[in-house]
Amino acid sequence: MSTVHVRVYVTPKRGILDPQGVTIERALPALGFDGVSGVRVGKFIELDVAVDGGSPEVVRAEVDEMCRKLLANPIIEDFTFEVDA
Amino acid sequence: MITVPAVRFGVVVFPGSNCDADARHALSTFGDADVRLLWHKDTSVGDVQAIVLPGGFSYGDYLRCGAIARFSPIMQAVTEFAEAGGLVLGICNGFQILTEAGLLPGALLRNTGLKFVCRYVNLKVENAATPFTGACREGDLLRIVVKHNEGNYTVDPATYTKMQANRQIVLRYVDARGERAAGANPNGALDDIAGVCNEHGNVFGMMPHPENSVEAELAGGADGGKIFRSMIDALRPAVPA
Repeated sequence: MSTVHVRVYVTPKRGILDPQGVTIERALPALGFDGVSGVRVGKFIELDVAVDGGSPEVVRAEVDEMCRKLLANPIIEDFTFEVDA
Repeated sequence: MITVPAVRFGVVVFPGSNCDADARHALSTFGDADVRLLWHKDTSVGDVQAIVLPGGFSYGDYLRCGAIARFSPIMQAVTEFAEAGGLVLGICNGFQILTEAGLLPGALLRNTGLKFVCRYVNLKVENAATPFTGACREGDLLRIVVKHNEGNYTVDPATYTKMQANRQIVLRYVDARGERAAGANPNGALDDIAGVCNEHGNVFGMMPHPENSVEAELAGGADGGKIFRSMIDALRPAVPA
């Protein structure tokens, strides 16, 4: 059975306060890294998904559903993903 | 003398729950409550009349707090019970599970201070017309502990407007005088929200732990008992005069 590799990126929704991102943003200047803004901390999830002869569109639809139902909480998080060709 | 049967409570035990025994003990201090534990693999809630989802770290808080517990076999039965109008109380992690399951609106984010908070808070009863607060009066102050890392309640503005119109904000963090104040809110929750109910009022989630404030001699107060008292009173058949 062949699989394709999928990389899922989950980030706090725009407009949702990300206290970890804020803290990191404040810490960077203390180390001399000035001029950094917009720090957001999220999750990176790797998956191998069985394709079973299905088209890339089928895999994409399946991963999209996984993200909506479990990998991300759409109330507070956005997600994107990449499916290897 | 007419004997009224005790109200039957079920406390769900998930792997990683750690306030299940406290919840059972708290309920056992009420003479008119009968409590049993429900295992996360159970597919039925049996004949219980009310369900408590306890605090803790179900499934190690993997992915997001409550995200995995939501898919436990028992949660399908809890969802059906809630949809049929049964009373469901989610405490702390139980609140997180209820939001992940879609039984309550909103979500619980990491505390803005990035620290686990463990302290007493003062809560104002914003709505005493729910089955969870009926033993209180509106504006009452409850002094109860919080102990959590992800208690920062948030909800989208459109849903929040509906929740306010429907009086779903049940408890708010306030100072000792009952006023909303900086420092009274332990986690950065939107508008100092500590507890919310669903549209029908039969599902309620709160971050503070009422089960840890039922015995005054141990906890310095028994305000948490009012939540359980309310539920029992709401479920007990009226005693004929």
